[in-house]
Amino acid sequence: MIEKIRIIVCIKQVPAVMEIKINPETNTLIREGIENIINPFDTYAIEEGVRLKARLIALKDNSFDVEVIAISMGPPQSVEILREAISLGIDSGVLVSDRAFAGSDTWATAYTLSKAIKKIEGWKIIILGKQTLDGDTGQVGPELAHILNIPFIGYASKITEISRNKMVIKRLMEDRYETFEVRLPAAISVGKDINIPGIPSLRGKMKSRSAEIPVWGNEYLGMEAKECGLNGSYTQVIKIFTPEHKHETLMLSGTPDEQVSEIYSKLKELNLI
Amino acid sequence: MRYLLTEEQKMIVEICRKIVEDRIIPVRAEFDEKRIFPTDIIKEIGKSDLFRLFVPEKYGGMGTGIFEVCLATEELSRGDLSVATSYAASGLGFIPIILMGSEEQKEKYLPQLASGEKLAAFGLTEADAGSDVSAIRTTAVKDGDFYILNGTKQWITNGGEADIYTIFAKTDPEKGARGVSALIVEKGTNGFEFGKKEDKLGIRASTTRELIFNNCKIPKENLISREGMGFVIVMRTFDQSRPAVGAQGVGVAQAALEEALNYSKIRTQFGTSISSFQAIQHMLADMATSVEAARSLVYYTAKVIDSGEKDVSRLSAMSKLFASDMAMKVTVDAVQILGGYGFMKDYPVEKMMRDAKITQIYEGTNQIQRNIIALDLIKKGFN
Ligand SMILES: Cc1cc2nc3c(=O)[nH]c(=O)nc-3n(C[C@H](O)[C@H](O)[C@H](O)COP(=O)(O)OP(=O)(O)OC[C@H]3O[C@@H](n4cnc5c(N)ncnc54)[C@H](O)[C@@H]3O)c2cc1C
Ligand SMILES: Cc1cc2nc3c(=O)[nH]c(=O)nc-3n(C[C@H](O)[C@H](O)[C@H](O)COP(=O)(O)OP(=O)(O)OC[C@H]3O[C@@H](n4cnc5c(N)ncnc54)[C@H](O)[C@@H]3O)c2cc1C
Repeated sequence: MIEKIRIIVCIKQVPAVMEIKINPETNTLIREGIENIINPFDTYAIEEGVRLKARLIALKDNSFDVEVIAISMGPPQSVEILREAISLGIDSGVLVSDRAFAGSDTWATAYTLSKAIKKIEGWKIIILGKQTLDGDTGQVGPELAHILNIPFIGYASKITEISRNKMVIKRLMEDRYETFEVRLPAAISVGKDINIPGIPSLRGKMKSRSAEIPVWGNEYLGMEAKECGLNGSYTQVIKIFTPEHKHETLMLSGTPDEQVSEIYSKLKELNLI
Repeated sequence: MRYLLTEEQKMIVEICRKIVEDRIIPVRAEFDEKRIFPTDIIKEIGKSDLFRLFVPEKYGGMGTGIFEVCLATEELSRGDLSVATSYAASGLGFIPIILMGSEEQKEKYLPQLASGEKLAAFGLTEADAGSDVSAIRTTAVKDGDFYILNGTKQWITNGGEADIYTIFAKTDPEKGARGVSALIVEKGTNGFEFGKKEDKLGIRASTTRELIFNNCKIPKENLISREGMGFVIVMRTFDQSRPAVGAQGVGVAQAALEEALNYSKIRTQFGTSISSFQAIQHMLADMATSVEAARSLVYYTAKVIDSGEKDVSRLSAMSKLFASDMAMKVTVDAVQILGGYGFMKDYPVEKMMRDAKITQIYEGTNQIQRNIIALDLIKKGFN
């Protein structure tokens, strides 16, 4: 029997803006006229998934085969980012989507993703982005690994070794490199330093257009109502607001002497000295 | 303005634009200045399946046509003509195998060229044989199961970078053009070395190099078609490849036009943007019109070739001639619109102007194209 090793890449659709605008009346994101994209860090996760597959295949071990699957939990239009992932070399995509999942916090998101991943036979490596452009918490990865009871290495900078049952991971901390060896299955999160995301290929694009992308709802995942969506969430967003900028920054220029005298007169003007 | 493209053709354009924006534009000025061969960019082009466009499906290609190759070449040329030249020159190197190669040659060489894993090159020109192909002195002398190759090729694009070379040599020196044969030579063969790398006016990031053959033993299976077919192979290859040189012209001219247009809107003189001067407006109008005219001719020629028409030399020469002359004029005018800034290396148009010049020279100078067109016209008229 040939074992099927599956690499799971978690990707989220986010609005393509650096600064999120929130409607102060409804407390919701202003999405009009904003293009949706793959969360930028998740494009590194996709590339790493594709590369790990190639590295595993290059081991030329006939006892296993490798597949990379992208999963996204989100509204129906998230199918677009799954297609894009396929054009970048991902083998297939799964959309996790159901009205019952609306209002999920990071825990409920991770829990739902874990249910979906458990439906996939042979999952061994889970790759996530280190955080998202919109939610920005970076919690989904660690929570998911916790729920699945597997090791989690955040901010992986390089996978130095990979085999069918272990990985060696290097990560850059502020003042040092750390190296971990983990048994598989394991989850990692990645940022910009791990690779350079590839360009879609023509064959990938052709394939992505016709690829069947299954949609898994709660009927398939079988969670209880209290486990998912708003009910399964420990946190609730009470208020979202755009902070007003009350502080102003003043940049001083000139020679150090000039800057000192300028700051001195400024402070004096403000009656602070 | 976009032509009527199929879904697949639009994808080709999208992929090329992404390569241009993400990979080419950030490095092109430096690569030009320092003459750095764009190895990683060429790899990315390979991974994106763009070399597969030339090749039949049976050998790992996508079985598309010259039209698709022209689209890809045009878009890559918008980013950088050095990259587009390396791309197109690999195609030039393996078109002879596609057109006239044996089944074994196709199976052996095409898959790795289609994937971009290996690059090809086309070795015809010599120091004393440019326009006059029959003057080549490189010889291939039959010796049992081998040909012994001796001679020096000059100005070969992708020289040293490529793994597979289509080399033209005389198997029968008495016979002039009819004594020329084409051989596939692999890098690493004993007696095959690389000489001088040229320092050039334009397309400085593409490699142009000498190939030196010194008693180089080539298995006789590497002969393409039959002895004496070399000249025919050259002509048939150029018939297929020249529209892509036209597409290079269209791409570089389009890029220069876009730079000039954008600049004309932001540059203020005499209290108004220079785009409000009719002198500038008319230049822009003429540039845009000639780019479209050349593009139409290139696309039309490619479609005619893809339809299976065999008698395409005249049209093919026209598309190369018209689009390359257009590219030279449009890039010179773009520099003019940018004024002194256009002359500076801080702006990309001076490089586009330097690069554009090559399209009037290689794959047959534009004088040679006019010769081909006129002779064909006089011989066949319009029928
Ligand atoms: C503006 C905003 C504010 C929010 N505030 C809160 C809040 O305060 N508290 C709260 O609990 N929830 C909040 N949410 C909702 C929700 O928690 C998140 O959208 C979701 O759970 C993912 O969290 P994240 O975006 O922080 O992801 P992160 O934890 O930053 O994402 C890390 C990685 O996990 C993976 N991932 C994340 N989400 C998905 C997904 N849906 N499908 C597949 N993979 C995924 C990706 O690989 C991603 O790169 C907020 C959402 C938004 C848009
Ligand atoms: C950057 C670069 C890359 C190249 N890459 C390759 C490559 O990959 N492979 C390869 O084989 N070659 C390559 N070449 C060579 C190129 O194809 C030749 O330079 C070209 O064919 C012209 O030959 P020549 O330079 O010897 O000019 P010549 O033939 O010496 O011509 C000089 C001038 O005389 C004119 N002239 C010549 N004959 C006639 C005629 N009968 N009627 C009217 N005018 C005429 C020409 O138009 C030209 O203006 C490359 C050249 C350059 C500069």
